[in-house]
Amino acid sequence: MNILQNGYLTLETGEVFEGVLIGADKDSLGEVVFNTSMTGYQEIITDPSYAGQIITFCYPIIGSYGINAIDNESITPALAGVVIGDLCETPSHYQSVNKFSEKLKQAGVPGIAGIDTRLLVKTIRSRGTVKGYLSKTKNNDNLGPDNQSFWVDKVSTKKIQYFKNNGPHVVLMDYGFKKSILNALLDENCAVTIVPYHTPYEKIKALNPDGVLFSNGPGDPMELKKWFPEIKKITQNYPTLGICLGHQLIALAYGAKTEKLAYGHRGGNHPVKELMTGKVKITAQNHGYVVVDESIDNKLFDISYRNVNDRSIEGLKHKNYPIQTVQFHPEAHPGPSDTEYILKDFITQIASMGETVYAIK
Amino acid sequence: MPLNKSLKKVLVIGSGPIVIGQAAEFDYAGTQACIALKEEGIEVVLINNNPATIMTDEEVADKVYIEPLNVESIEKIIKKEKPDGIIGTLGGQTGLNLTVQLYEQNILEKYNVELLGTSVESIQNGEDREKFRNLMLQIGEPIPESAIIHSFEEGIAFVKEIGFPVIIRPAYTLGGDGGGFAYNDEELETVLKKGLAASPIQQVLVERSIKGWKEIEYEVMRDANDTCIIVCNMENMDPVGVHTGDSIVVAPSQTLTDVQYQMLRDSSIKVIKELKIIGGCNIQFALHPESNQYYIIEVNPRVSRSSALASKATGYPIARMAAKCAIGYHLDEIVNPITGNTFASFEPAIDYIVVKLPRFPFDKFPEADRTLGTQMKATGEVMAIDRTFEGALNKAIRSMEMNVYGLCLEKNKFIAELNLNELLKQANDQRLFIIAESFRRGITLEKVQQLTEIDPWFLHKISSIVTLETELASFNWSKVPVSLLKVAKRNNVADKLLSQIYGIPEKQVRDKWKELGWKPGYKMVDTCSAEFDAVTPYYYSTWHGFDEVEVTGKKKILVIGSGPIRIGQGIEFDYCSVHAAKAIKKKGYEAVVINNNPETVSTDYSVADRLYFEPLAAEDVLHVIEKEQVEGVLIQFGGQTAINLAHDLEEEGIKILGTTVKNVDRLEDRKEFYQLLEDLDIPHIEGQTVSHPDELIEAATKLGYPVLVRPSYVIGGQSMFTLFSETELSHYILQLEKNSQATMWPLLVDKYLPGLECEIDVICDGKDIVVPGIFEHIEKAGVHSGDSISVFPPVSMSEKMKETLIDYAWKIANSAPVIGIMNIQFVIYDDLVNVLEVNPRSSRTVPIMSKVTGIPMIEWATRVQLGETLSVLCSTKGLLDEPAYYSVKTPVFSSSKLKGVDHVLGPEMKSTGEALGMGVTYQEALEKSIPSLGGQTEGNYLFCSISDRDKQASLPIMQDLVKKQYKIAATAGTAAYFQSAGIQVEKVIKNEDEVIELFRNQPMKAVINIPNQGRNKIKFGFQIREHAVRYKIPVFTHLDTIEAIIGLEKGYSSDFEVRAVNEYYKLEERGAVHG
Repeated sequence: MNILQNGYLTLETGEVFEGVLIGADKDSLGEVVFNTSMTGYQEIITDPSYAGQIITFCYPIIGSYGINAIDNESITPALAGVVIGDLCETPSHYQSVNKFSEKLKQAGVPGIAGIDTRLLVKTIRSRGTVKGYLSKTKNNDNLGPDNQSFWVDKVSTKKIQYFKNNGPHVVLMDYGFKKSILNALLDENCAVTIVPYHTPYEKIKALNPDGVLFSNGPGDPMELKKWFPEIKKITQNYPTLGICLGHQLIALAYGAKTEKLAYGHRGGNHPVKELMTGKVKITAQNHGYVVVDESIDNKLFDISYRNVNDRSIEGLKHKNYPIQTVQFHPEAHPGPSDTEYILKDFITQIASMGETVYAIK
Repeated sequence: MPLNKSLKKVLVIGSGPIVIGQAAEFDYAGTQACIALKEEGIEVVLINNNPATIMTDEEVADKVYIEPLNVESIEKIIKKEKPDGIIGTLGGQTGLNLTVQLYEQNILEKYNVELLGTSVESIQNGEDREKFRNLMLQIGEPIPESAIIHSFEEGIAFVKEIGFPVIIRPAYTLGGDGGGFAYNDEELETVLKKGLAASPIQQVLVERSIKGWKEIEYEVMRDANDTCIIVCNMENMDPVGVHTGDSIVVAPSQTLTDVQYQMLRDSSIKVIKELKIIGGCNIQFALHPESNQYYIIEVNPRVSRSSALASKATGYPIARMAAKCAIGYHLDEIVNPITGNTFASFEPAIDYIVVKLPRFPFDKFPEADRTLGTQMKATGEVMAIDRTFEGALNKAIRSMEMNVYGLCLEKNKFIAELNLNELLKQANDQRLFIIAESFRRGITLEKVQQLTEIDPWFLHKISSIVTLETELASFNWSKVPVSLLKVAKRNNVADKLLSQIYGIPEKQVRDKWKELGWKPGYKMVDTCSAEFDAVTPYYYSTWHGFDEVEVTGKKKILVIGSGPIRIGQGIEFDYCSVHAAKAIKKKGYEAVVINNNPETVSTDYSVADRLYFEPLAAEDVLHVIEKEQVEGVLIQFGGQTAINLAHDLEEEGIKILGTTVKNVDRLEDRKEFYQLLEDLDIPHIEGQTVSHPDELIEAATKLGYPVLVRPSYVIGGQSMFTLFSETELSHYILQLEKNSQATMWPLLVDKYLPGLECEIDVICDGKDIVVPGIFEHIEKAGVHSGDSISVFPPVSMSEKMKETLIDYAWKIANSAPVIGIMNIQFVIYDDLVNVLEVNPRSSRTVPIMSKVTGIPMIEWATRVQLGETLSVLCSTKGLLDEPAYYSVKTPVFSSSKLKGVDHVLGPEMKSTGEALGMGVTYQEALEKSIPSLGGQTEGNYLFCSISDRDKQASLPIMQDLVKKQYKIAATAGTAAYFQSAGIQVEKVIKNEDEVIELFRNQPMKAVINIPNQGRNKIKFGFQIREHAVRYKIPVFTHLDTIEAIIGLEKGYSSDFEVRAVNEYYKLEERGAVHG
């Protein structure tokens, strides 16, 4: 049995949480965020959108069903650390191949267990955005700025990847996409080309897609400011779906603004209302930034979805171009699949817009 | 869509008397729903004949009809009240069935009443096996293949089609008796034959067996706009095969990946959408432990026990939301009252784990079959919340009030290993502790898993608690490391267990924590894992973290609730706790309530100012008291649970309001109590306290048989027997020793007087008393007051007797003194009024008396405890004037649910609920409350078997029945006696086979079976009663009951009149002025 090493999570606002260190043996700095999902810890720690963040699990018992070989959302976890309450070291599930703590260790992600995560969540909420330092020692120094803030560059693919299939061809603009988005496209028989986030319009055009999907990803969308014109050009030329960061980027490309939410939406229980039909769907969400309501040019965009609780913008639809964007995650994993029709509709739409073109002949 | 404005008046159907499987959860749901309707300005008309409920209070519904729950009554009410709509999905299966009948008989159409919420078509699609099956096939959702089989050949052919394993369930047998599993042809042959033979109608259900699969439940809501949300999912620790009501349940699920969670979520939503349910729905799944294959086991298209549990587990008020949806609202239009700033379309996320343990009645029925299967046997449940499973489980265990505080039980150390394996394999109420014992002995987890089929996740956790308990026990108190104690408390190991392990007083354990500066923190149940601010003060304790709960500066009073529902301590005490909390609020204090029963109104977030969902053990109650700094504690409303805490609280210097602890003892301790009565010159039953078998026999001989024997501190007459001879007494002692519970001694032995029994509830301020009325029992003394039919006002008592008993009440109240409320039971024999016992607390009759008189008894009892005098509250003292109408309470038994339990009337309480009938005459009230023998249908046979002792007394009754054209069948001895007295006996029945033969072929009106003693499985009488239950034939075990019913046999009149409770009040104004 491992000897338990006490450790600390020190917040930049001064609060110190003592617990037991788990996972990789290293210090870590990051924005401390929380997720309210009661299942799906494996998907969460492998979601590239958490790059650079220290994720706190609200649900106190983590690791119960172990780690399996199927549910990773990326190959290498990009998050800065995890904070949990009760670590389960005796997982039970027929698919389980690993313990949660082992997975962290192997992925080089440090964590801390035995924390009153509810108190931490309340602290984060009272402070807004908070950075924290995970270490063997209490860190009373000023935590200072992150040495890394452009996380998209870190998690986006370095080279173009092709997935052959016999359906419509989708280019996936990779800002740190979740594997489930790719899977959803492949399940619908799409051919998929994954391209780096900085791929310009001309290169996309050369790929000759039927549609473009702007993926989720970590951090502040304004970090990608210099690519906004290219993004706009792409969306004007191809049927487009934007998910999460992708949604924010498209809004920004058309002149809207984004702002940071006090403490983000992270969980699998967020109700959004489809304004056209009045129907309410439960969605998976993971975002710290949001498109500013008043900044939307209502001559260009209709607001398609709103959050039932805080009324924030959850989706946009362009009045002229076939552009649809959603702040939430229709691909789920983790979370409910109430809105998986969005992906399906997108694919149906691009399939009906023209003759199917294959990525690789 | 907003509120449907055309609805001005809505009729709500309640669930009626409490039986196993349909209990207090429907009072909780119904109350919440009625309030939700009322706040929309809708006039609520309610029908429910369960008088112990909050929902039948005047403040909850505008018009309350305590009338028989049948189609005739409801039609009369509809005709009279002309409601615009009706809601039938709040009253359990009873409400649902009545709704369907009203619809099918075109009554709703006839009176133009709109069925609100879920439609009859949807109900039937969910309930009817074939329709449901077809619907599921249509939408591609898997259900286990099954068929109703009437012959052996048919069964074999079906199994050939679906394959093994299969389960065979005979129709209409007790607790699934006679069924079983078959894994191959050989087993199939045996089980199928046995099953067909066991069923009274030779019918079995053959179904693909999914025993051992994980059992997972989802609570789903849907509105008319098709918005669906999951309120909560739950995982049963006991795999498929044990009824979910009898299973250990956790929320949320623990062993499902997100993929599996979402897969079942998607299926739930598909089903609820297809069924077009509006409101709440419970869906049960079986999930294969080694794959993602699943089956839908069951759908309940209504609020249920599980929805009550889910509501309490998450804070999300399902019944309230279901009611709002029924009247037109969409979920995204309804504010979540817990947070105050999110909407009902938000799926709750919780940041703790909930453990539910079922509470079984086997402590009262040692003779019962304790195995668990598809027939629910639990009478109640407890829920515990913590941040770890270990903590929540330990809290739940001590919430049970079974005198058990940990997992390793001394008594289990003596079980032979072979038996241990059997107990692991066959689910039973003790299995949790048997698992612990197995681990203690070093039996491997794999072996335990193989035998129990419980997911290893749970077994690992249980094993870790066993390891901890064992480690704790390896030290003595002076040597145990503080770090280990810390681990113990973080796992919520009970102080009581530590005191037992170390052989020290519990107070010493508590003092240690004080010395170390340790105490638990409190967290909020907020539906959202702290993502939003919540406004509703609903808390639980944990040793894992910071105390986030801020206290207010206001003065506070604590109400101790009554814990899980068990026979003898039921919903009535929840009624009392709720009213106490209301009274406290009314007087300007903050009401703090502690309770752990998820089914009840008292644990609704809106009842208390501050609700603590905690065990009712001394440590947990003391921590809350310390935290809240309450001014005082009310212990008279939570049944025996609260009374039992009095000493511990007083020892810690906590102020107990009302009657002092010393005086409570004086009234409860038989010796001191008799001394008090003698000092006051009040006659009592002769009796004495004995602490040894020899002493018992000697005392009985001295008093003269028959005698009544029981342990000193009792709930509901536990282990209480009337014994007519020394032989019976010796047998009793033998039984007692066999069950070897040290807590049984000392015993009380009283002379048994077969006199008239009656009881009163007395509100006292130490000087004056108010007695709203006297309940007269129909059966003579010897039948537990909870099981006897009672009538108010009395029908056979003289004014003199009434005066005498009020005089006695006055004397007792003054001399103790009693401040608050007490219940006194009397037996009148040879015109002499004897005091039988005093319960220095509220009682089972309080809600009924309050309801039928309109006197707010609990409010007054609370206010006198807070220092007011009765003269302020009521201008009349002593016995109040009798009303111009009658109320009759009839006990309701769950006979068909508990195999092996003899439901013979006796000093031990066995009923689970009660029905009330009200009428302008005694006859009318009796007729409305009692399950009548019915009109003259085909065959009016009575089967009689009467003990020698009662044969003579039975003659006039039998003669009367024969005169009324009843035909008699009887056992040999009874037949001979009847014949010698000139009563014609048509059939003489000599053995069990003939009984079965008779019941199977001859429609029977009733079985009249007066046993010698009862509860002896090898006796013929016991078999007769059990078969009667199986064949659904009413059984009467007391001549007085028959006598009362004969009076009604003018024929059941369907032209009775229905009246709301307040209409009865108006029949004649009472003398007293209500304060």
